[in-house]
Amino acid sequence: MADVTLRKVFKRYDDVEAVRGIDLDIADHEFVVLVGPSGCGKSTTLRMIAGLEDITDGDIMIGGDVVNDVPPKDRDIAMVFQNYALYPHMTVAENMSFGLRLKRYPKAEIKSRVDEAARMLDIVELVDRKPKQLSGGQRQRVAMGRAIVRNPKVFLFDEPLSNLDAKLRVQMRIEIKKVHQKVRTTTVYVTHDQIEAMTLADRVVVMNNGLIEQIGTPNELYHHPATRFVAGFIGSPAMNFMACRLEDVGGKMHIRLTDRIAFPLPPARAERYKTISRTDKLLLGIRPEHITEASPHAEPGVEPFDVVLDVIEPMGMETMIYFMMEGGEICGRVSPNADARAGAPMRLAIDLNNMHLLDEATGAVI
Amino acid sequence: MTSSAVIDKSAPTRTVKLRSMSRDRTWALRWSYFFLTLFAIFALIPPLYMLITSLKTSAEISAATNPWWVYHPTLSNYVELLTSNQFLTFFRNSALVSIFVVTITMLISVPAAFALARMRFWGSATLATGVFLTYLIPETLLFLPLFKMFVVFGELTGIQLINKWYVLLIVYPTLTVPFCTWIMIGYFASIPKELDEAAIIDGATWFQTLTRIFIPVALPGLIAATIFAFTVSWAQFLYPLVFTTSTDQLVLPVGIITTLIKGDVFAWGQIMTGALLGAAPPLIIYAFLMDYYIAGLTAGATKG
Repeated sequence: MADVTLRKVFKRYDDVEAVRGIDLDIADHEFVVLVGPSGCGKSTTLRMIAGLEDITDGDIMIGGDVVNDVPPKDRDIAMVFQNYALYPHMTVAENMSFGLRLKRYPKAEIKSRVDEAARMLDIVELVDRKPKQLSGGQRQRVAMGRAIVRNPKVFLFDEPLSNLDAKLRVQMRIEIKKVHQKVRTTTVYVTHDQIEAMTLADRVVVMNNGLIEQIGTPNELYHHPATRFVAGFIGSPAMNFMACRLEDVGGKMHIRLTDRIAFPLPPARAERYKTISRTDKLLLGIRPEHITEASPHAEPGVEPFDVVLDVIEPMGMETMIYFMMEGGEICGRVSPNADARAGAPMRLAIDLNNMHLLDEATGAVI
Repeated sequence: MTSSAVIDKSAPTRTVKLRSMSRDRTWALRWSYFFLTLFAIFALIPPLYMLITSLKTSAEISAATNPWWVYHPTLSNYVELLTSNQFLTFFRNSALVSIFVVTITMLISVPAAFALARMRFWGSATLATGVFLTYLIPETLLFLPLFKMFVVFGELTGIQLINKWYVLLIVYPTLTVPFCTWIMIGYFASIPKELDEAAIIDGATWFQTLTRIFIPVALPGLIAATIFAFTVSWAQFLYPLVFTTSTDQLVLPVGIITTLIKGDVFAWGQIMTGALLGAAPPLIIYAFLMDYYIAGLTAGATKG
């Protein structure tokens, strides 16, 4: 087991820069998820750690050793691929033991390792089958088993659950987490699914355009995003953004959304934003769960306003509501007991204690 | 957490409506049977005629009787051929040439195809196309320059290759290697990239990736290529006609023609017998490997 370090890593293909200088420290035993939209460089980064892609510039270290020019087989890593990449002509046991057999491990040792991994993954009864006789979920377990038996320094996962259906994905997610809790191997996991990233990771690395936008625990990213991209990418449904500016009304700082709607800011927020110019173009970021039905006893910082609902989506434990504000669609989340009807007016409340204020030009959270 | 598939018992059982598919499909089937039968008859008449003729004596062949019927069947043609040293020499030469050519072809084209399909190096794509283009040059165009080359080679080194059966081991691969390389490139290219990446991470060298992953996975293609190489070398006529002349160096197709046609006298019975016996080995190989061969030919079409 080992830590993984990336220093100013670049990847250039002819005239495309896939990765543009990233720094990343992954601690021993840590589960780090690289997440971002397609083409953000997350898979390229993983493949550079694996040694499947050369790095154009910078350094990659595994366990303190620079591995820039070390071939994949000598990096002591194991990788799980999106399409499983099982050897179709070998049985499950042969698939799992292939790496060990190439390294000429003793037969007894190979058998005990394969048995142990098969037990851990609940595939003991499948070891004599060929990959094509397995379901997608079973294949992915075998692919994980192949990684586990090698007992590598680092596990690399490249979108391993993308080929599975939604239900199985949730199941396998838990399975992967269990395996990591048992073997504690340093893990780098790539996905485009932010829920997968949030649920699995010790720390999430959000990437965009070949750069790291933000690194943090799932809660940090959710509650304290650093940029508009992270704020919009993490969380489902996504955070709402509304154009706004600050103004002073009667000595109190207000946030003005439209000609009709302006809210007084809670004192803590007013203090934080006091140096911002009143003419700056800003964005108010607010998550759907902070736009709820108005309650009779208003808490400080929770301000009521009236809207006409466009669409409602009852989800059972909550109801999502959608309405228009200044041409933009806003999503809120109300209790299923609230009287929300499409086309009807409703009094909502916005919780400004949980607001985010962004610079519209740079996208940075202030 | 169970890993077994869940069977949805509430799903409606599917009933097949025989009627709806019947009309169009029945006619389509009838037409295909009609044309397939027609084609089978067309293709099988020559071998049938050969078989009938091979069972006749020369006298009966030249007699004005029904050519499609054997009145006095005899195995004398078979006995004569199979006991003649000459015929057995042709057979042995053919077998040696074919076996060696198949081996040489596979030893060259499988690694070549692997390199061209997987190891991205400068000019690999152009080279792959180039390999195929060489296959498009017909042998009728190549045999003169090739002959000239061997003559010059003989003059320079003193090693005489012309009129030796083993010269064919150098000549035939010019036909088989490009084609086999080309089809193997196709098969190897259809193997997902992640498979060799997984093998590389598992610690396999390029050579181990080829022998332990690629060859087993592309086995149908490999067999198709082998059969092709064998058929080409077994049935090749022009090159052996040009490059070999002495009776002890001839291969079967040329041997039959040159020794059983004396002047204007055609030993039809023996010619037909020799042709039938010559056609037997490929037939036997096809019969055994047919399933693989068809799987190989259609693999590209069905792989997802």
